[in-house]
Amino acid sequence: MRPEAITWTGQSVERVEDAALLSGRGRFIDDLGVKPGTLHAAILRSPHAHADILSIDIAAAAAMPGVAAVVVGADLAKLTTPMLAGLKIAAENWPMAVERVRYVGEPVAIVVAMDRYLAEDALDAIEISYRTLPCVVEPLVSIAPDAPLLHEKTSGNLVSDRRFRYGDPESAFAEAAHQISVSIAYPRNTGSPMETFGVVAEYDPHEGVYDVLANFQGPFSIHAVLSRALKVPGNRLRLRMPPDSGGSFGVKQGVAPYIILMAVAARIAGRPVKWIEDRLEHLGAAVAATNRVTTLKAAVTSEGRITALDWDQVEDCGAYPRAPEPATLYRMHGNMTGAYDVRHVAIRNRVALTNKAPTGLVRGFGGPQVYYALERLMQRIAVELKLDPLAVIRANLIPGDAFPYRTASGALYDSGDYVRAIDLAAADGRLAALKRRRDEARAEGHLYGIGFAAAVEPSVSNMGYITTVLTAAERAKAGPKNGAQATATVAIDPVGSVSVHVASVPQGQGHRTVLAQVVADAFGLPWQDIRIVTELDTGRDAWSIASGNYSSRFAAAVAGTAHLAATRLRDKLARIAAGQLDVPAEQISFAGGAVFAKGVPEKTLPFGRVAALSHWSPALLPEGVDQAIRETAFWTPPELTAPTEFDEVNSSLCHGFIFDMAGVEVDPKSGKVRIDRYVTMHDCGTVLHPGMVHGQIRGGFAQALGATFYEELAYADDGAFLTGTFADYLLPTATETPDIEILHIETPSPFTPLGAKGVGEGNCMSTPVCLANAVADALGVSDITLPMTPGRVAALVAAEEPAPPANRSNRPAASTKAGDRTLRGEGQAKVAAPPEAIWTMLLDADQLAAIIPGCHGVKKLSDTHFTAEVTLGIGPVKGRYKAEIKLSDLDQPKAATLTGSVSGALGTGGGAGRITLTPGADGITTIAYTYEAAVGGKVAAIGGRLLDGAAKAIIGQFFAALARRAAPSRPGFFARLFGRRA
Amino acid sequence: MPRLTAGARHRVAFTLNGKPVSLDAEPRLLATDALRQQLGATGTHVGCEHGACGACTIQIDGEPARACLTLAVQLEGRDVRTVEGLAPAADRLSVLQATFRRHHALQCGFCTAGILISLDAFLRTSPNPDEQELREVVGGHLCRCTGYTAIVAAALDAAATLRGEPASSVNRDPVHV
Amino acid sequence: MKPAAFDYVRAQHLDEALDVLKQQGGEARVIAGGQSLLPMLNMRLAKPAVLVDVMGIPGFGEIRREGDAIVVPAGVRQAKLLARLGLATEQPLLAAALPWVGHYQTRARGTVCGSTAHADPSAEIPLCLVALDGEIRLRSRKKRRSLKASEFFTGMMVTDKAEDELIEAVAFPAAVKGAGYAFREVARRHGDFAIVACAAMATADAIHVAVGAVADRPERRSYPLLEGSALDDALNAFAWELDARDDIHATARLRRDLVRSLGREVIEEALRCRA
Repeated sequence: MRPEAITWTGQSVERVEDAALLSGRGRFIDDLGVKPGTLHAAILRSPHAHADILSIDIAAAAAMPGVAAVVVGADLAKLTTPMLAGLKIAAENWPMAVERVRYVGEPVAIVVAMDRYLAEDALDAIEISYRTLPCVVEPLVSIAPDAPLLHEKTSGNLVSDRRFRYGDPESAFAEAAHQISVSIAYPRNTGSPMETFGVVAEYDPHEGVYDVLANFQGPFSIHAVLSRALKVPGNRLRLRMPPDSGGSFGVKQGVAPYIILMAVAARIAGRPVKWIEDRLEHLGAAVAATNRVTTLKAAVTSEGRITALDWDQVEDCGAYPRAPEPATLYRMHGNMTGAYDVRHVAIRNRVALTNKAPTGLVRGFGGPQVYYALERLMQRIAVELKLDPLAVIRANLIPGDAFPYRTASGALYDSGDYVRAIDLAAADGRLAALKRRRDEARAEGHLYGIGFAAAVEPSVSNMGYITTVLTAAERAKAGPKNGAQATATVAIDPVGSVSVHVASVPQGQGHRTVLAQVVADAFGLPWQDIRIVTELDTGRDAWSIASGNYSSRFAAAVAGTAHLAATRLRDKLARIAAGQLDVPAEQISFAGGAVFAKGVPEKTLPFGRVAALSHWSPALLPEGVDQAIRETAFWTPPELTAPTEFDEVNSSLCHGFIFDMAGVEVDPKSGKVRIDRYVTMHDCGTVLHPGMVHGQIRGGFAQALGATFYEELAYADDGAFLTGTFADYLLPTATETPDIEILHIETPSPFTPLGAKGVGEGNCMSTPVCLANAVADALGVSDITLPMTPGRVAALVAAEEPAPPANRSNRPAASTKAGDRTLRGEGQAKVAAPPEAIWTMLLDADQLAAIIPGCHGVKKLSDTHFTAEVTLGIGPVKGRYKAEIKLSDLDQPKAATLTGSVSGALGTGGGAGRITLTPGADGITTIAYTYEAAVGGKVAAIGGRLLDGAAKAIIGQFFAALARRAAPSRPGFFARLFGRRA
Repeated sequence: MPRLTAGARHRVAFTLNGKPVSLDAEPRLLATDALRQQLGATGTHVGCEHGACGACTIQIDGEPARACLTLAVQLEGRDVRTVEGLAPAADRLSVLQATFRRHHALQCGFCTAGILISLDAFLRTSPNPDEQELREVVGGHLCRCTGYTAIVAAALDAAATLRGEPASSVNRDPVHV
Repeated sequence: MKPAAFDYVRAQHLDEALDVLKQQGGEARVIAGGQSLLPMLNMRLAKPAVLVDVMGIPGFGEIRREGDAIVVPAGVRQAKLLARLGLATEQPLLAAALPWVGHYQTRARGTVCGSTAHADPSAEIPLCLVALDGEIRLRSRKKRRSLKASEFFTGMMVTDKAEDELIEAVAFPAAVKGAGYAFREVARRHGDFAIVACAAMATADAIHVAVGAVADRPERRSYPLLEGSALDDALNAFAWELDARDDIHATARLRRDLVRSLGREVIEEALRCRA
């Protein structure tokens, strides 16, 4: 019988991961048991965007039942050093605030207790006194000379400013027929995996070893940052990853600072400590993608050919430039010209710090920001030059015979055929159908538009690209960094079954299945026979700094390395079998579970017999074969060299291609956008598992849909974080996510062992801008801001608003300035008392105590300055706050300004109101008030939708109480007055 | 009148996946924590603890419920079903679970238990759903990996199989051109 | 995100629940389906001393007809009302609006009266009560009283319910013979809090339209059978009267626009649907 060769790679086999996940037997970090006695941590976080910590009183919290330890910044500073960052600046990068908080949600204290409930109880008892500081949330504002300074040891919030020049952009612009530009403010969003961060840490004081289990995803260059911060050598930070991880999309890189925090907490508590991040913590402080302000200018011929690009990017990394940032800004550095053949490029990259959560890895990592500008520009060129947008894209594409293609900024595009990909996407009537649907829709008066986007999707990052942020001289001093070490181990046990271990740390991508396919093919075995282990232990397993799951490196790098390890082992087995079968090793083949001599059917051995030989009969090994038991392969592509002295960098090994086209219809009434058709063409080289590739594309598309229409990590101008729940940070659901058409061509990468490239991030780069282009086409507008919320879209088409009825006073228009979320209001009350009586009440602490809702313990610091404890809230939402109230601008008895601030476990609030008292007929005084208020901390993060109304209600309560108190004899009358408008 | 006092633990007894179970719970203990930590039913995952993501969806008396919005003490006397109770045997998958695997309707699998539980409850009362109805049911869950298409396809396929129709031959592989 | 500690009372009889409310009123919260209360407990936005579970109170779980009223007691889950046989003819507005309440999963737990008590300004059930001029039946140890929806909802998450009272039931007027009903909503995503929700009822000689999610509570206006620009003017006045606000999901301008456009759509549909 002649065994039959079957190639598993490339087939959509059912995943080996699935049965356990489908039946509730997954092993995510919070599903695993912990050592008896393990304590649970909860973290107290800053309600302020920028404030000095004056004092922290932990006494009450530490005395609470079940509390084992309370850890604050000073404790952290004793046991650790600040985290190293990619930028050499004087900002101290602590994982928990030391002396000053710089963003809402920054950890300030950790309670370690018997269970999470008790730990959270104790959080409420920690008393912190802050002195708030001016803050800055917009990157362009933060780099202005007079902006509030985040880190006092730095000279400004602009922490990096680099200019790059490739070719001769000045001449190209000087000679250009047209200069066309776009200005973009790309918003903050995040990957928001369904599983949050988790850490279980333990410290062995005798060996000085931290042993940490965390759902970290890599890159493991961070391990070096962690061990350094913990002040131990790398071999004394044993970092272990659980078998399953519930999604990451880059974000679980950000568990790193919590590894330090929990390691320290465990050391202080003397017992293992477990922490599972909750969703409020995650949205507010885990990892955000960078928001970026970009101006991109093109020098263009009259035919729409781009001769030069000029990029000006200002990157917002939040409050701390946390490693590997500012990598988001440099990850795309080699491919800043996208799919286009542009030889002259100028780039200015600036990095700003602001009072927002630190940024980090998020799927797409720099691509969404870059392609949003680049592909908006392509459409603007077409519109301004009255050309067909697709023709402009085509005219600039890198030709198919140019690969491998070296870009102006140094990337080496491995393979591709962009023209053919676009032609095939448009073929079979797809483009014609889109245009027909647009024409028909427009004929019926609908707002229908078509968008295109072409993008080069980089994968397998060069570990040296981030050093492009340094000057050539600084790089020379620091030593070159480059490469992308991948590793895989293939082992054969004494019964000849095959196991594989990799350091790829999957979060659901199906690595185990693909590795089983790839390794099974090497040995001619059924893929089900291969066992794959992907949990990682840095104290035991093979790994390197590039290990982990990011930059879409699995298929290209890790699967390829597993193939190399398996092939090495197979070649040894072939030599063993050759000796047994007495044929040359070149004649040995592996298939169907057998090892056999090609063309000699009787010369066949069972695979297991050959595979087990190294264990049982090492004496029979042929000369030159030491063992065929275990092979660990390391692989790094030689193409990933360090940046040159001219700042050219091959930032990624592989460069896939995406071409998207979409038809959308805008509903002018609701501002909602319906995706009518979406076609996405991919070239990710050799496809290893079509079903998974499909899943990556659809998943990436859905996240991109969120970035396009729903998701923004929003901050108010005062630094308050506004989207702390899934009711305000909106992920697309099944009812919003349309089906898309997926197309493929394959141009295998010549640089990877299997010809595969990454595919997981592409739609995060192409889809937002494709849809924005479609909406711009539908509405005939030039500026589109993401996310395209109904309010924003409707505003683009809105006609003049019908005026309010004549009998209605024109109220002050609500602010439309982005970020200004000041709560403003006004009101009126009529009180049956003279102005003097009311005035007296306002200046009387005891009277005020009675008027302010839920007020107790008023202390009078001066005639016009009071403090008090207040209980504020609406409906069931109630919280206790410390309040401070001042009266100023007194104009007795006509007007006064009332300024107040409150702070408590639920957050902070502050505001000012001007009150005027006007006497009227019949002894009735009209109290008129206007106020401006701002709310911060937890209540702002979770109550966004209701804040304005709540502020209005609480302020209304005050005046209702004032009216009641001023004229207590007529409660019914006032109840009627205030029932409506309070 | 039964008044369960704060800070003390109180016996709660109910049926979990067909078997009687009991545990001691403070009134504030969430059903998620009770199921996962005390009963070891870790297949029910916790994604948001404010009822928005659906990962923790369980069945209480056959109806879907967010376990994070349920107190353990509210389970008293109820018939509770979790993902661990869906398969007919430890080494088999239910029709719905098998179609999920066939359609690649999961990636990280963290949200999957809740979605299976919702669909299981829904298909019992609506055996012949259309795609939009299924999208609305799945719309009560957040999945960050799949983009939902494969989930809806799997649910349609499972519904057809449960009705006794042949499995769909929908080819969901990428089109090579 | 774990709740602060509280006592839990599983009331077997209405009187038991009322006793707790009488004794601990302001510190007690009624729990039924828990779909609004539990998120607030988990986030510690609310820290009641005691929860009173009313789901076991006899008679609280059954919908009943009392003359022209569909009476929904405190234990009735939203899904049960939606699944009520003949609801689409008995009260078409409820049949149209209830699918917009949260999701399949939350409707299976959340109660009609719980949503009413929570009084979220964008919630559909309070909007239907206001649109239909329904009533809320309150009960305390001392007394029983019944309020019109427009009297019950007094502000954002604020109602006229006293601390010792619970909602025993709400009553939706059944469809009036010859009247038409319609409901429309725009939200960011399916199942989200509405940006604007509109409900209308049209009879032979009048139009009633109610708007949720714009003001602090659902608001209703009644008009004669207006048409054309007169209807536009009326809706424009209504839109401005609601004092729409900007928030992170929508602008005040969009909300006013939607009151004008959805308002017109529901009125026209309600007029068309008159039997």
